[in-house]
Amino acid sequence: MAKPMEQYTWEELTVGSVVTEPGNAREYKTGDWRSQRPVVEKEQCIKCAVCWIFCPEPAVYETEDGYYLANLEYCKGCGICAQECLTGCITMVEEEK
Amino acid sequence: MTKRIGMEVSLALSEAVKLADVDCVAAYPITPQTHTVEHLSELVADGHLDAEFIPVESEHSAMSVCIGAAAVGARTFTSTAGPGLALMHELLFIASAMRFPIVMAVVNRTLSAPLNIWNDHSDIMASRDCGWIQVFVENGQQAFDQTICAYRIAEDRQVLLPVAVNLDGFSLSHMVEPLAFVSQELVNRFLPAYQPLYTLHPDQPMTMGAFAMPEIFMETKKVHEVALRQAKPVIQKVWDEWANLTGRQYQPIEGYRMEGAEIGILAAGGVCEVAMGAVDRLREQGKAAGLLKLRLWRPFPFEELRQMVAKLKTLVVVDRALSTGGPGGPIFSEVRSALYDEQKHPQVSGFIAGLGGRDVPPEHIMEMVTRATGAQEKKEEFTMIGIRERG
Repeated sequence: MAKPMEQYTWEELTVGSVVTEPGNAREYKTGDWRSQRPVVEKEQCIKCAVCWIFCPEPAVYETEDGYYLANLEYCKGCGICAQECLTGCITMVEEEK
Repeated sequence: MTKRIGMEVSLALSEAVKLADVDCVAAYPITPQTHTVEHLSELVADGHLDAEFIPVESEHSAMSVCIGAAAVGARTFTSTAGPGLALMHELLFIASAMRFPIVMAVVNRTLSAPLNIWNDHSDIMASRDCGWIQVFVENGQQAFDQTICAYRIAEDRQVLLPVAVNLDGFSLSHMVEPLAFVSQELVNRFLPAYQPLYTLHPDQPMTMGAFAMPEIFMETKKVHEVALRQAKPVIQKVWDEWANLTGRQYQPIEGYRMEGAEIGILAAGGVCEVAMGAVDRLREQGKAAGLLKLRLWRPFPFEELRQMVAKLKTLVVVDRALSTGGPGGPIFSEVRSALYDEQKHPQVSGFIAGLGGRDVPPEHIMEMVTRATGAQEKKEEFTMIGIRERG
């Protein structure tokens, strides 16, 4: 989407609201739905990527030094990564209001 | 003289679908629609129609399959009735908002309880606001013609909306009528191959049926509203073209003996055939009565209605559906509302008749006219005709 949703007039919409640009959901930041966020304790992390595999968003990315973190612009705080983590290095922490 | 062939209307409907050369039929059998779907399955099985026939486990799935098939560019057909349309309700809105030119024959049947398989318009009226083009027919020829016209209208690039062709269950669907068929060659000329605007294809990925936040949802509804309203001139253009090819002309509202009429009767569906007889009798009695047949229900023909009733003193509206606890029949309340701002308009009286297959004889139509033109009794919102009462 070339501009934010609230700037579109009805005349600009496609027939059937078809989205013709693949992958543009990336421009829609869903991270503010979250009530808890995952925090990684790197000392216990074995870089196995299980969190990356299980994240349904997918919001988990590989850092340059090989760790796996959640992109908080997209992470909805579901906690699946913390549940699946082999070493228990991910904890879900309440978002502060 | 055109050669006419006697055929059950349900089967003639299937023959129209075959002539339209559909690619996909998905339907769940339900009385009184069954013969149409059975015959289509035979046409596919016997190799007369090259289409996917998908027997589904419910009407919810039937419309889901039609939506999926239309999304990949298939010309699709389904048919249902009464409770089947109710079970399909959620998907009706999706099909129209996603702008798929699906054609559906609604073989009108009432809604339970008590369980009743016979005709009235409760089913389509409960789905009135689903955003489809909605047409009523009153005889087999119209059912045949309108099914073919429906594809041409639905697939027009200015329209791209699904069309529901409403025909009365049993009292029309199961009649054997003399019908004028048209050749495959004529239909091929009238109805070119479907060219979808968007199709799901791996070569050009796109998303259909995405979600919409409150920031944009109302704009999508505005697009749909404008598209449905603007379909009306296209519908008329297609009907005019059909008239040029077949000599059978259709209008959003068709008048019968409206010359000099002071009393108008407005109705939809098969009851119009009875009402024509009632009008003839009223004319014999010296009453200036005429009939308005509501052919196009959505988009609603406001201008045509206002123009056609302008000189009437009395307008009787016959509904075969009850908006229980509400203002009366759906057609009545819309007609009365459409005339509210007119400086001069007829007295509009609403009548409910023929629920659950109850016969509507000409005498009932004449009773409506007597009541509407007689001394004003204690005014109720509307009157149910033919109800047995104590005393």
